[in-house]
Amino acid sequence: MKKTLFLGALTVAGFASAASAATLDDVKARGNLNCGVTTGLTGFAAPDANGVWEGFDVGVCRAVAAAVFGDPTAVEFTPTTGQTRFTALASGEIDMLARNTTWTFSRDVDLKFEFTGINYYDGQGFMVPRGLGVSSAKDLDGATVCIQTGTTTELNLADFFRANNISYEPVPIETNAEAQQQYLAGACDVYTTDASGLAATRATFENPGDHVVLPEIISKEPLGPLVRHGDHEWGDIVRWSLNALIAAEELGVTSANIDELAKGTNNPEINRLLGTEGNLGEMLGLSADWALNAIKAGGNYGELFEKNIGENTPIGLARGLNAQWKDGGLLYSPPFR
Amino acid sequence: MSGTHAHTVAYVRETMLPEQDPPLTEAGAIKWMRENLFSGWLNNILTILSIFVIYSVLSHIVPWFYNSIWNAGSLSECREIRDATIGSDASSACFAVISDRWQQLLFGFYASEAYWRPVLALVLFLVAMGPILFESVPRKLLWYTAASPFILFWLLWGGSIWGPIAVAAGFAVGWGAFVGVSLFAGTLLAVIAAILVPILYWMFLAGPIAGGLHSIIPIGITFIESDDFGGFMLSFIIGISGIILSLPLGILLALGRQSDMFIINKVSVAFIEVIRGVPLIVWLFTASLLLNYFLPPGTNFDLMLRVIIMVTLFSAAYIAEVVRGGLAALPKGQYEAADALGLDYWKSMRLIVLPQALKISIPGIVNTFIGLFKDTTLVVFIGLLDPIGLSGAIRASTDWNGIYWELFVFIGLLFFVCCFSMGQYSIFLERKLRREHR
Repeated sequence: MKKTLFLGALTVAGFASAASAATLDDVKARGNLNCGVTTGLTGFAAPDANGVWEGFDVGVCRAVAAAVFGDPTAVEFTPTTGQTRFTALASGEIDMLARNTTWTFSRDVDLKFEFTGINYYDGQGFMVPRGLGVSSAKDLDGATVCIQTGTTTELNLADFFRANNISYEPVPIETNAEAQQQYLAGACDVYTTDASGLAATRATFENPGDHVVLPEIISKEPLGPLVRHGDHEWGDIVRWSLNALIAAEELGVTSANIDELAKGTNNPEINRLLGTEGNLGEMLGLSADWALNAIKAGGNYGELFEKNIGENTPIGLARGLNAQWKDGGLLYSPPFR
Repeated sequence: MSGTHAHTVAYVRETMLPEQDPPLTEAGAIKWMRENLFSGWLNNILTILSIFVIYSVLSHIVPWFYNSIWNAGSLSECREIRDATIGSDASSACFAVISDRWQQLLFGFYASEAYWRPVLALVLFLVAMGPILFESVPRKLLWYTAASPFILFWLLWGGSIWGPIAVAAGFAVGWGAFVGVSLFAGTLLAVIAAILVPILYWMFLAGPIAGGLHSIIPIGITFIESDDFGGFMLSFIIGISGIILSLPLGILLALGRQSDMFIINKVSVAFIEVIRGVPLIVWLFTASLLLNYFLPPGTNFDLMLRVIIMVTLFSAAYIAEVVRGGLAALPKGQYEAADALGLDYWKSMRLIVLPQALKISIPGIVNTFIGLFKDTTLVVFIGLLDPIGLSGAIRASTDWNGIYWELFVFIGLLFFVCCFSMGQYSIFLERKLRREHR
């Protein structure tokens, strides 16, 4: 190790621009996938008591690792903060980032990343104590609002209040943990952040029933995994691994019946997805059962959702926008053909 | 006698009065309280006010600790237990999070079957520090102290035992080069050889030699990556490495700053001022973000190693200034006396100047070390999971979301123990080295 590090320092200039064109080859040579996640966000990524990462974003990483290696545990998780996430990806320290990152124009175009899909449609909401007697965000004139500084939520909030011609007093806070304390201590009337975060926060309160999440969602926050610009083969693998999870739910392929279905069915699309027909895996440069492994890693999209953030978990999020397009949601995987 | 008095005075006491206790208000606790707490109306008010403040603080904290719950699987379970046993409006600490996750807070993601390795490393480290910290420990242990960095590295990271041995052999190679070259060339050339030869050895020979030896005699323990290091162990490793490496570097910088040699002087000044003039968090971001752009992708330049280097450089700049203060406090006569004895520069520094200057600087040096040790928690901002980072990660699990104080109390306690011990050792050392006013 000492040697590589020394040579690394010496060859600084030579390789700096060659931001590894073939990520898949690097990943295969290394034997595991380096996946960037948050340092901890309830339901999306957190280590359990044994240090095993769990969560909805983690599920995407595991699916990609399973698609490449057939082994969902062949992932090295790199915890990233809001500041370090993009540099870690751009510098090649991680192969993909699955860190509830909002897909925006500037991140896609200016920062030179490629969002490979959306795994969660989020939006900014408001939480107020029930005792306040507010039923709509438009009644919040003159309220004090706890808001995380330096995030898009701050700008959305200003836009929303200005558009509705009402006033508010911001209480700037740094982290979600601090926000919970401030809100419970009554330092602010309203707490605003992504709706999924509000639900997770509310679930931890002693009396969740005393607090309501208002119906208004004031922004679009499509969260998805992203990779570097310039390596489309690798981007395709991440994109279609996610699509495989979504398509599997649509086609009724679950981790329970997948082994049965993999023996061959009458539905050609399922057959193509699971690799018994066609050569989709080969086109990606992966084995024929890539999608089979990806789905088996943690179940299809719906199973992942239910296990980590669904209505039976303490977070209790409804599918809402994240339902399949057939059920009135926005999830729509292009066909596997 | 009694006859004469019997006429002039009505009564004369003929025996001694038995000794009596002083009046209640003039003795013991009451006297102390009267003098120190209730000596005037203003002090009375202030005392009562202070007692009220102390009471109101304690009345919140004591029941919280007293009612603490140690066995539960999640925060909501904690609350259920509390409701069932104490009542739902009682305040109660949920230390169950510590009993559930203490391994993580201490060791991070280190493999649980290998926990004995950091523990053993800590014990070996304390033994190695013995001869440096205390005079009464046998001097022969110093040989072990010199070998301990390699032993500790091997224990913590694991892998083949030949790696650390091959690296350690580099020092022997350097010594050999020094002796060999000095036989037929000057001392300066020998010093240059002693620096260059080991570096070349480490770059080109150490790896293959270690690999070759390992293939012949494979001795080794499971290799554990730096990514798995976390918790208090991470803080401790970064803090202690920084402390140990920055002291010699800081002393050299302080001497460099006092030097008459133009380049050495200016380089030292520039280094100290640049490092000291920029916040540590900026250096940490540099280590974690900026360096990535300069290194080729896939380079395994360990993030933890980068952080240790940055923390060391940062603290060295501070140590240099503290030591410079010690050097400046020394009367000029000491330097002149050393010169008059005919000692060369290094001898005069080693025997006369530095022992006195360092003694003066002890409180400042230890102060810097304590600050450095606590600053290691800043690594949370670059995504390393130190105890503070892990407390966030633990809170992100649905079981423990919403728990704050218990984690911070535990982390605070760990840091307090370490920093307080350092402070106490510094006081011990100052007493031992006191030469004046005996």
